[in-house]
Amino acid sequence: MGHSPFEGHLFVLMKLDMTTESYLSNMEELKALALKELEKARTAEELEQWRAAFLGRKGRVTQVVRALSGLSPHERPRAGAVANEAKTLLEARLAERQEALKGAELEQLSAQSIDVTLPGRQITLGGLHPVTQIVREICGVFTSMGFQVVEGPEVEWDAYNFEKLNIPQDHPARDMWSTLWVDYRDQQGRYPMLLRTHTSPMQARIMEQTMPPVRVVVPGKCYRYEATDATHESQFYQIEGLAVDEGITFAHLKGTLYEFARQVFGSDRKARFRCDYFPFVEPGVEMSIDCFACQGRGEEACRVCRGSGWIEIMGAGMVHPNVLRGVGYDPEVYTGFAFGLGPERIAMLKYGIEDIRLFYANDIRFLRQF
Amino acid sequence: MKVPLSWLKEYVDVALPARELAHRLTMAGSEVGGITTIGGSWENVYVGHVVGVTPHPNADRLRLATVDIGSEAVTVVCGAPNVAAGQRVPFAKVGARLVNPESGELFTLKAAKIRGVTSTGMVCSERELGVGQDHTGIVVLPADAPIGRPLASYWGDAVLDLEVTPNRPDCLSVLGVAREVAALTGATVREPSLSYQEDGPPIQDLATIRVEAPDLAPRYTASLVTGIKVGPSPGWLQERLLRAGLRPINNLVDITNYVMLEYGQPLHAFDYEKLAERTVLVRRARPGEVLVTLDGQERRLESPMLVIADARRAVGLAGVMGGANTEITESTTAVLLESANFNPISIRRTASALKLHSDAVARFDKGLHPALAELGLRRATRLVLELAGGTACRGIWDVYPSPWPERTVALSRKRVHQVLGVELPVEQVASVLGCLGFHCQQQGDALAVTVPYWRADISIPDDLVEEIARVSGYETIPAEPLSGRVPSRQPQPLREVRERVRDLLASGGMQEVISYSLVSQALLDKVGASGEGSQPPLRLANPMSAEQEHLRTTLRGSVLAALASNERQATEGLRLFEVGRVYLAGQPGQLPHEKEMVVGAFCGPRGALAWHGENGTLDFFDAKGVVEALGQQLGVPVGFQRHGAPLFHPGRCASVMAGATPVGVVGELHPTALARFDIVAPTVALFELDMEALAEVLPAVSRRYQPLPRFPGSVRDMALVLDTNVPAERVTSIILGHTLVVGASLFDVYAGPPIPGGKRSLAYRISFQSAQSTLTAEQVSEAQQEILERLQTETGATLRG
Repeated sequence: MGHSPFEGHLFVLMKLDMTTESYLSNMEELKALALKELEKARTAEELEQWRAAFLGRKGRVTQVVRALSGLSPHERPRAGAVANEAKTLLEARLAERQEALKGAELEQLSAQSIDVTLPGRQITLGGLHPVTQIVREICGVFTSMGFQVVEGPEVEWDAYNFEKLNIPQDHPARDMWSTLWVDYRDQQGRYPMLLRTHTSPMQARIMEQTMPPVRVVVPGKCYRYEATDATHESQFYQIEGLAVDEGITFAHLKGTLYEFARQVFGSDRKARFRCDYFPFVEPGVEMSIDCFACQGRGEEACRVCRGSGWIEIMGAGMVHPNVLRGVGYDPEVYTGFAFGLGPERIAMLKYGIEDIRLFYANDIRFLRQF
Repeated sequence: MKVPLSWLKEYVDVALPARELAHRLTMAGSEVGGITTIGGSWENVYVGHVVGVTPHPNADRLRLATVDIGSEAVTVVCGAPNVAAGQRVPFAKVGARLVNPESGELFTLKAAKIRGVTSTGMVCSERELGVGQDHTGIVVLPADAPIGRPLASYWGDAVLDLEVTPNRPDCLSVLGVAREVAALTGATVREPSLSYQEDGPPIQDLATIRVEAPDLAPRYTASLVTGIKVGPSPGWLQERLLRAGLRPINNLVDITNYVMLEYGQPLHAFDYEKLAERTVLVRRARPGEVLVTLDGQERRLESPMLVIADARRAVGLAGVMGGANTEITESTTAVLLESANFNPISIRRTASALKLHSDAVARFDKGLHPALAELGLRRATRLVLELAGGTACRGIWDVYPSPWPERTVALSRKRVHQVLGVELPVEQVASVLGCLGFHCQQQGDALAVTVPYWRADISIPDDLVEEIARVSGYETIPAEPLSGRVPSRQPQPLREVRERVRDLLASGGMQEVISYSLVSQALLDKVGASGEGSQPPLRLANPMSAEQEHLRTTLRGSVLAALASNERQATEGLRLFEVGRVYLAGQPGQLPHEKEMVVGAFCGPRGALAWHGENGTLDFFDAKGVVEALGQQLGVPVGFQRHGAPLFHPGRCASVMAGATPVGVVGELHPTALARFDIVAPTVALFELDMEALAEVLPAVSRRYQPLPRFPGSVRDMALVLDTNVPAERVTSIILGHTLVVGASLFDVYAGPPIPGGKRSLAYRISFQSAQSTLTAEQVSEAQQEILERLQTETGATLRG
């Protein structure tokens, strides 16, 4: 604690026998001292110290005013008036000084101004891969409808990738999925192990493990023997969906996928369902949304929809009875729907990305945009 | 499948514009990928009648043709050798848009003076009209072409390009598409004519057919026409083939192709005279048998492949491609037509073994009905007689030992409702199926549905449900939100920890990358993941390239490659991470273990180059800091132990421990490793964590509330001098071991004068606090003294003077 600059100054203690004259002269002396000290105070803190020393509860002026009681009753009014006048003066001077100081301080602040247009101190921001983000967004839409996210192996058996999906050996539909095979032969000399060409093998895996109700979405990497170009990649993500229970119909498939499209693309987008073929569903469905580039007009020059007015976003359908039978579900009792969509494609549509190869080139100038 | 609208209209009336028709077909399952308009640019081109041809006064090779186009007669200069009076020709008036035969580009026809004669129009060649390549002469239209008609309305066309799905080989034919169109528009189909005169001797007298492999050839039919004349097909046939995407060859070959496109039944024409002993055998190939196919390639055949042979040798690969030895040539005078049904799997295997794909394979391998064979044969025979003349033998060969029974599928009204969610009256269902050619017999609430021969894909009730839905239109089925039971959620600790790690790393300033799971041997070599003692990666049997040949056993190479590729254009430090699987081969007969890992890598300046100053280069401690923060956020306290690993700097690497469990590694890379990746930065720090190990040690309840301290704490600084080889971690843990210490941060590390050599100073700011009371200065000093004594005893530390 510092020492008050006002301690040690001469001060005549008021005595009971003091006279009015001595009181007044003391008062005058004190006033002069206070004013002199006030001049010296340069900062708000010093002004506060001055205030405490002279005008505070235990300040000297306050004590002098209190000492009025030591005067005779008839002397008090005169002395009191002088004392009050002095106190009022000092208070006024303090206020003036405080005001002046505040102005001075503000003046000083403006001298401390900075170039606010200089860049701020950078914080290091990280980010999630756009595919991670879109997968989460899509899965989030389906979890809000009661689906649970599960995952499965990327290296699969032919049995799960094809056979249990109603695609036996030598089925012509196998041409729909150009397959990368693992260099491992079984006893018949066949390659039974492959990189899954879609997330659909999880349909069989999940149904083998549980009984209905089933309601899952399966995100994950898939692989195909595919020459890469702006719209084809040999590695890509897929999100599979499956809902199986008693009473699930094509109408539920449509309702669920409409809701998905509404949440991901907004309620302005129209969606349509057309017949398509996948061996593991019957009836089979392809879902499209109207082209946002040409507003669904199907302009011949439209590069996004190639003039059709529609953009395919997923394949779907009612789970084929053979698939259900294969996992031990009675297709007379249980029905369900399945769907599969490509998150990269959805991201390309949402963000206007023109080349799918950008996703796995890992150029941070691309990745940073999401 | 390319379907010219003009051809389609032969079998079904089409009132819809091409675009609308394409839309209907697309919605019903046969996507029209494109429509090519023929004659779209033929404005100002008309059917003209050449009324006279006179020599050009100033040129030998040119002539003057006078062409009547109804409204007027125009005389133009013509260089074509084939122009003649009486012809109907395409005539372009001035202003027409034509193709420049040299450049192939469109130009607008203007009046021109040619050798002194003004020509205001032109008689056009195929190439000038953009309908073909021929420019040797003008196009001669059929004699009944209406004079003065705009050419587009007479000769124009629209070709639909259908993407036919593998279940619908019937739509690989114009007639099949016509049936589809009829069902979708309510029209009826006109079937082509199949009848013909059989004036020759019985076919069995002239040729012998023997099927030795009936399992692979359920039906084999053949006809024989003698006295034919091989030559070019008539214009209308050539035009149809061209518009459908096939090249005309000669009338015989063109007929087989035409019928394949018309009916979807592949056929083959043999030069009868070249068949040894006039015999056709359908048998499995003999080992080592060789056949030169029509494409000129010599094919080595193997036993399960089905061949067509004569008495001596193979003459064709059944259902795949014919042989050169019995090919139709201009001198052929008798043709044996084959129209058969082959086992689709056998065809598919043969084609794939020989890598030989043909239009025939594309149809056979999808499964055709044997009934089609006879129809195709009769149609083709009729056309041969019509276009190549000759005499047909009486009867046909028809080897069909086990005729397929008619297929009937029972469909109940209940099933339609169960699958589609809408109630449809049985009558409506029967009517829709009837349009598609199914014969329905009502049995109460159900239908007995007989499947027509061309719909071999229909075998179960749900197949019929799809037919009903697609022909009615999927838009007629209402949309309903999913209701009913929701399954209970299963916990997924690994997935949860992985997604948290992703979020934590991204919020800690790192950018996520995703690389290819398939990598090259070279990349594995670069991170030492392929040598002695490391797990051999799974290899692909059919890799697309050496770049993507192996399933990665580590993410390190991928992340370092990403670092290297970004380094050149990076304007700030790189902090990259990848979360992904590595694939570790399992026991034979087992799938590999797909292990979830995370790898992070750092290099470059810690902060962006900025006006407020530099802050160093990313190093070991940045990587470690992220791992520490990750551990803290996950509630898994991690420790670090000096560690040596080949990829890392020998003195700057630590294993990451969760208690006694190793969960990963952190370190700076060895300079030689950086060189292998062409990384320029001298320092790259990397961490790798095993997500599964992390998930195992994850506390069951990750967070518990700690009551807030009720009494104020005190802070003291303490600078210690120790041997350099005493790990800071040990000092820190001794300090934290004191019961009154609630925190200690190491804020200064210093070696150098005045600290003696071999020693360094560590300065800590220590927080003391008690849950019972406010600590007095004496209590804190006492605790500090206790810590110092323990440090002295255990580490030889002294207080820095």
